[in-house]
Amino acid sequence: MAKKGKIVRISGPVVEAELPDARLYDVVKVGDARLLGEIIKISGNISIIQVYEDTSGLQPGESAVSTGQPLSVELGPGLLQSIYDGIQRPLKVIEEKSGGFYIARGVEADPIDKKKKWEFKATVKKGDRVKIGDILGTVQETELIEHRILAAMEGRIEDIKSGKYTIEEDVGSISFEGKKYPIKLYQRWFVRKARPVIEKFPPNMPLVTGQRIVDTFFPIAKGGTACIPGPFGSGKTVTQQSLAKYSDTQIVVYIGCGERGNEMTEVLKEFPHLEDPNTGKPLMQRTVLIANTSNMPVAAREASIYTGVTIAEYFRDMGYDVALMADSTSRWAEAMREIGGRLEEMPGEEGYPAYLARRLAEFYERAGRVRCLGTKERYGSVSIIGAVSPPGGDLSEPVSQNTLRVTKVFLALDAPLAYRRHFPAINWLKSYTLYHDNLEEWFTENVSSDFLKQVKASMALLQKEAELQEVVQLVGPDALPEKEQAILLVTKMIREDFLQQNAFSDVDARCELDKQYQMLKTILKFSEKTNEALDLGVQLKKIQELAVIGKVGRMKEMPQLKDLEVLQKEIDNSFEGLTRG
Amino acid sequence: MKEYRTITEIAGPLLFVSDVSGVGYNEIVEIISPDGEKRKGQVLDVGHNIAVVQVFGPTTGISTQQTTVRFLGETMRLGLSTDMLGRVFTGLGEPRDKGPKIIPKEKVDITGLPINPYSRESPNEFIQTGVSTIDGTNTLVRGQKLPIFSGAGLPHNQLAVQIARQAKVLGTGEKFAVVFAAVGITHEEASFFMRDFEKTGALENAVLFLNLADDPSVERIITPRLALTTAEYLAYEQDMHVLTLITDMTNYCEALREISSARQEVPGRRGYPGYMYTDLSTIYERAGRVRGSKGSVTQIPVLTMPGDDKTHPIPDLTGYITEGQILLSRDIHRKNIYPPVDVLPSLSRLMNSGIGDGKTREDHKGVSDQIYAGYASGRDLRSLSAVVGEEALSATDRKFLRVADEFEKKFVQQGPYENRGIEETLGIAWDLLAILPDEELKRVKKEHMAKYLKRKEKPKKED
Repeated sequence: MAKKGKIVRISGPVVEAELPDARLYDVVKVGDARLLGEIIKISGNISIIQVYEDTSGLQPGESAVSTGQPLSVELGPGLLQSIYDGIQRPLKVIEEKSGGFYIARGVEADPIDKKKKWEFKATVKKGDRVKIGDILGTVQETELIEHRILAAMEGRIEDIKSGKYTIEEDVGSISFEGKKYPIKLYQRWFVRKARPVIEKFPPNMPLVTGQRIVDTFFPIAKGGTACIPGPFGSGKTVTQQSLAKYSDTQIVVYIGCGERGNEMTEVLKEFPHLEDPNTGKPLMQRTVLIANTSNMPVAAREASIYTGVTIAEYFRDMGYDVALMADSTSRWAEAMREIGGRLEEMPGEEGYPAYLARRLAEFYERAGRVRCLGTKERYGSVSIIGAVSPPGGDLSEPVSQNTLRVTKVFLALDAPLAYRRHFPAINWLKSYTLYHDNLEEWFTENVSSDFLKQVKASMALLQKEAELQEVVQLVGPDALPEKEQAILLVTKMIREDFLQQNAFSDVDARCELDKQYQMLKTILKFSEKTNEALDLGVQLKKIQELAVIGKVGRMKEMPQLKDLEVLQKEIDNSFEGLTRG
Repeated sequence: MKEYRTITEIAGPLLFVSDVSGVGYNEIVEIISPDGEKRKGQVLDVGHNIAVVQVFGPTTGISTQQTTVRFLGETMRLGLSTDMLGRVFTGLGEPRDKGPKIIPKEKVDITGLPINPYSRESPNEFIQTGVSTIDGTNTLVRGQKLPIFSGAGLPHNQLAVQIARQAKVLGTGEKFAVVFAAVGITHEEASFFMRDFEKTGALENAVLFLNLADDPSVERIITPRLALTTAEYLAYEQDMHVLTLITDMTNYCEALREISSARQEVPGRRGYPGYMYTDLSTIYERAGRVRGSKGSVTQIPVLTMPGDDKTHPIPDLTGYITEGQILLSRDIHRKNIYPPVDVLPSLSRLMNSGIGDGKTREDHKGVSDQIYAGYASGRDLRSLSAVVGEEALSATDRKFLRVADEFEKKFVQQGPYENRGIEETLGIAWDLLAILPDEELKRVKKEHMAKYLKRKEKPKKED
């Protein structure tokens, strides 16, 4: 299978080699150091290879060996709790093999531990006919997640046995067209190809993230796509991490694509100590991390997104809801640009390759709520939340624009809000979601029938505030009629006491949907009462002096729902006092 | 060692050498011009028997006929030893002072390998710089990379030197060193640093690499890497806490652009190469702490924003890699305030892990957020009061205005030799918060207010 050739030219991460019978996207071991690379272009007998590691010292004339296989990932028990680089090499194993904290070159590492034994429980029996995607058995991979072993091919089960196995051992065999094939606990999949499904459905359930501005104002659907663009320092990563920590999916795949090393370390240190809000078990048990920091090889950064999304699809195929966080897709696009430049391709906009739009669209299209392959009905979803880092915060650049065209939720991070320490710094006027219609039914059934009505009322107030602010800028707040000043009072509450959320507070970091609903209800009640009082001739000044306003400000930290109901009563009482007195 | 006299083309800092064999990518070469002058260079591209060599130094005097190119068979390495402390080197690592050559304990590739994110330790030790705007609101921690975004004519050098002089970790007496890389700065600026280091005795624990404005620009690609290789050696092999100052990264990026255009590469934004982000990250990411080593590398790169524009590719890409930024403002500088740090767009991403009880003080986060929010509101009101007049503002708004003014005068403003402790910095912040009424102080905890907020007997009626 292995075909040997030799290197003829080296230019940074791009290497040209004479390689017989090369196929596009096959993986190649380059040079004496056996650096990993992938064929990205073939012209005549010359293959152009992008190398995933530093090419310093490589010489023309050294060997290049094709593995005859395209870049693929290993999928099986052992994926969870792993921390990979962009091409699914576990960073922990790399550390052991490199003998230190630097990533040495040419290190080969098995993606999943081949020695560990797993307790496998077969759920099919001899003689059963299975289709691709059918569940053959299960492995309790972590306390949180049961790993379902999927049939990689169709056929008749010849034999299958429960027991303790490593992923390489045969747990049974399957016959197809008269030939017998072994069944193993893992399979391989080519990262650049989406895993097939029976059917995609429109998303109709929200991805509950515990973040008020997201869940209430701009909900993301399970199986939907969202993008978070924002200039540096606006809190993209904190927002992404909050979503990863608190979203109500079973599996989280977090891709740190070309981002900071220390930030990834923070994730690595923090996740094992964080508790899953639903079960109290460590969050890491449901997480796969991919960390290809900015200084790690650029070609592996390009691959990291595909590695991540393929792993996400694999868990989806088991019937799980998966959230995929990609931070940041701009670094991914830049990796494409860098490699495109080395290939001397004709650049499109701002030097990005002309296929940027297609690649972005292909990536986001791998999200969705689907009926998984297999005989029995089973549904799963992959939701993709991609961070975008537009240069200078200017959204007119190609990566932002092409992303906006394919994503359905837009969470616009805003530098001025971040400067004001308004976090999450998501601008409520610029952001949007296209899922409100899909989710209306769900909200009505599961939270309240006036959930969306409240949101619309609040948005209208915030919109009005923006207009009023322009007037205030010119003439000062006192020149406004009292009713309009009252709007400013209420919108200040919405902004500070509802939209702002403290990711570092124990109580506030995650906010349940019911509480979100009650909080907004409280503020709107205050608004309504204020209007009534003003109509009755109460001075706004008197309302502004109400002690209950301070209590509304501490609403976030109230752990119990009934505290909010008490507060609502208190609002009633305070206003009654005003209108009577 | 292979020698060739087959230069076919010279374009700016690039030489094209033909008929070569056995030459490796990134290999170091020695170029000997007809008059015997030796220069160094590096292989940028090799293939089809042609090597493209980038020369460190001027290419004047190099001819296609009689110049010898010697391929050294190894990538750029730096000889390292603790004897480097107290010494001054050129931008290529040769001694610049009158001292002897360094006898290296080991030789290390200067490009460095990426640190495995799994092997990193998260930075969480507070570094007290004695500068309120940093300690109080944009705290620096060990292993962080926190650049200073400045503009031409602003006192970033003074601030950088002040940080280098004053930086310490509370309550520990660990080994500390400063590695300083001058990248394309003027003689005058360089001698300012040298004088200050000598005067304050900091030179003893410092290693200096100087590439000055009239030194070859290509060297600028090398200088920061030499500095960081030294810093990593001192940190991870010698267990020292190393503060690395690099000034000015703008010159580095200009050099990168110069080489890229000489190589006729497809340019990205404003002519800077498309790989500038990756390239910068291989510098900035060489900061941190790693498991199994006591030392740390903290980086403070300085860059001047062309036209004070934060969205220019250099500060923009830097900001996306570094863990925050300290932004100097011309407006504040004009008010004669030193250091002219604009706290609002400044940021330290690692601040939260380095402050709080046991590190600085329990109230630090709350105070910092509160004073920050107060200053932001006050600044907003300034433009309003310019239109409608201060009299038209509400009493509370006027208090915010006062907070903003006093913040700049008392909190931001300090002397270049004034070394404020963290207690003092937080104390000033509480004094400023005392201007505001209780109900505006939403971000500080009640118990901290009781403990630290000292109001004068009765606040004077102001209206």
